[in-house]
Amino acid sequence: MRFSGSTTYVTTRDLNLAVNAAITLQRPLLIKGEPGTGKTMLAEEVAAALGLPLFQWHIKSTTKAQQGLYEYDAVSRLRDSQLGEARVADIGSYIVKGVLWQAFECETASVVLIDEIDKADIEFPNDLLRELDRMEFFVYETRQTVRARQRPVVFITSNNEKELPDAFLRRCFFHYIRFPDKETMKSIVDVHFPGLKPALLREALEVFFELREIPGLKKKPSTSELLDWLKLLLAEDIPPDVLRSKDQKAAIPPLHGALLKNEQDVHLFERLIFMARHNR
Amino acid sequence: MLIDFFLHLKASRLPVSINEFLALLEALQQHVIEHSIDDFYLLARAVLVKDESHFDKFDRAFGEYFKGVEALPGMEVLIPEDWLRRAVRKHLSDAERAQLEKLGWEKLMETFRQRLAEQKERHSGGNKWIGSGGSSPFGHGGTHPEGIRLGGRSENRSAVKVWEKREYRNLDDSVELGTRNIKVALRRLRRFAREGAAEELDLEGTIAGTARNAGWLDLKLRPERHNAVKVLLLLDIGGSMDDHIRVCEELFSACRSEFKHLEHYYFHNCVYDYLWRDNRRRHSERIPTHDVLHKYGNDYKLIFVGDASMSPYELLQANGSIEFNNAEPGAAWLRRLTDTWPHSIWLNPESEHSWPYRQSTSLIHNLLGGRMFPLTLDGLERGMRLLSK
Repeated sequence: MRFSGSTTYVTTRDLNLAVNAAITLQRPLLIKGEPGTGKTMLAEEVAAALGLPLFQWHIKSTTKAQQGLYEYDAVSRLRDSQLGEARVADIGSYIVKGVLWQAFECETASVVLIDEIDKADIEFPNDLLRELDRMEFFVYETRQTVRARQRPVVFITSNNEKELPDAFLRRCFFHYIRFPDKETMKSIVDVHFPGLKPALLREALEVFFELREIPGLKKKPSTSELLDWLKLLLAEDIPPDVLRSKDQKAAIPPLHGALLKNEQDVHLFERLIFMARHNR
Repeated sequence: MLIDFFLHLKASRLPVSINEFLALLEALQQHVIEHSIDDFYLLARAVLVKDESHFDKFDRAFGEYFKGVEALPGMEVLIPEDWLRRAVRKHLSDAERAQLEKLGWEKLMETFRQRLAEQKERHSGGNKWIGSGGSSPFGHGGTHPEGIRLGGRSENRSAVKVWEKREYRNLDDSVELGTRNIKVALRRLRRFAREGAAEELDLEGTIAGTARNAGWLDLKLRPERHNAVKVLLLLDIGGSMDDHIRVCEELFSACRSEFKHLEHYYFHNCVYDYLWRDNRRRHSERIPTHDVLHKYGNDYKLIFVGDASMSPYELLQANGSIEFNNAEPGAAWLRRLTDTWPHSIWLNPESEHSWPYRQSTSLIHNLLGGRMFPLTLDGLERGMRLLSK
């Protein structure tokens, strides 16, 4: 199994290498990077490219490590017992399998995505150490050990909100998705909008990268925002020369709301444009 | 040989462990990569380095180990940028390219040193001197299978050594301090606690209660969790702090969005009888410090932000303040504040090296029992770790 990008997802060489190392050595791969650089997409694309089933586990601030393994639905059992149902006697019928259990049980190898692990409690990664290392866990209620038939490929994404414990990091491989340069960005756009006019693309990319250069922006526009913006430009059928504002620096790029998501950023941007207009 | 590499990384203060090193060897054994130093660099980084703030350190350590940068003679010579400016670029055919002799590393460096010694002027398009275009091994934008690239952009991707790489420099945590970075550091302080009215079903409690009731349902509720950290921020403003306004603004805006309970007050140089909330109306709307002391409970965490550079009299003498007739010296006020809020730190935008040379800085450093930290990401980390204990 080797991964080398797909028709809908552009990868760089370092990313391919990290993914392949993780697949070969069967270790989890931790992915960090600016928001909107395709961290979550990666797991989906790898699963699709290798033809493996994908199990997704989206983490929230209230998620517990236990929920990824299994949950004991005590409330149903309690209700059933009060109604006098027969299946109450078998505790196994109230164990709800979590994402990791499903993946461990899978006949073929599989891909597991643990999305935004930094959202959870600070102890969360520590609670998963053994499970990710040995790929097995013990079900207390039924006294059985669940072992992975085939070790799944595990992707973990993080937005850096919390620091992850060292013991956890030591067990992972790590890749930091850098913001794509102009060339990579061009191939990303090509993949998403195959029929885009080259002139429009060139102008749009220039506006986009200039916008990212503005110092002090609270949230720099990212790849996914660029793609949204292009979609809008196409839908509105805006000609490329409207974007070319070199001589008329005063013009605000059309539909800039898709790129700048923060009120303060829009104000800052408009102020800069106002100043540019006066300096001429 | 790789054991030396591992020890070298350790010596460069990268947090690498034996486990990770073994994983790297395993990856090599399983032929994850072909025999290429570039791939090895990427693989080693993915396996050994787990934080982008260490990438720059890793780049340097890797460079030192594999290229012996330090040992190179003549590296400190500055090469005039003019020589490197790309003027002409020869387009070579593949056949011509193959003809270019691949010099060994030793020989390359040897020749490089010779050229440095000999060359005194700008050169372009040739095949021997340091310059741009052309097919000499030295310079940039040219074609040579194993050249040294000096400045410029990589075009043919075969430069043995890329001097200006270090793309991750701005992720190194001792350098840049953006709002986002501050937020990450501040998040250390987050602590969730159950407080307020009961509103969430406590499943465990309900089950335990029901079991105790011999099967009769006994519903238990509990309050929801939320971030319970309270922060009191005291900011030095004006005077010598003007140099640090930008970094303080960033800290402040990061704090604002991170904490639900954040109170801020301003002071000038040192805290005396009055504080104020709005710097423009500092004379009309000032608040007695005693009121502030009584208003907030001791579960607040106190963070001073200031450069702590002032005349020592401001701290040690009554009436020492430069703008106010204070009945008690600043040190007394500082002690009062830190007694009220035992969880306190002082963040100083001045660099840590300069602290011992300022009398007032070392005074405050002592007054706070050493809990003064530089306003860098690393300093914030250390401060927040202390506060969250």
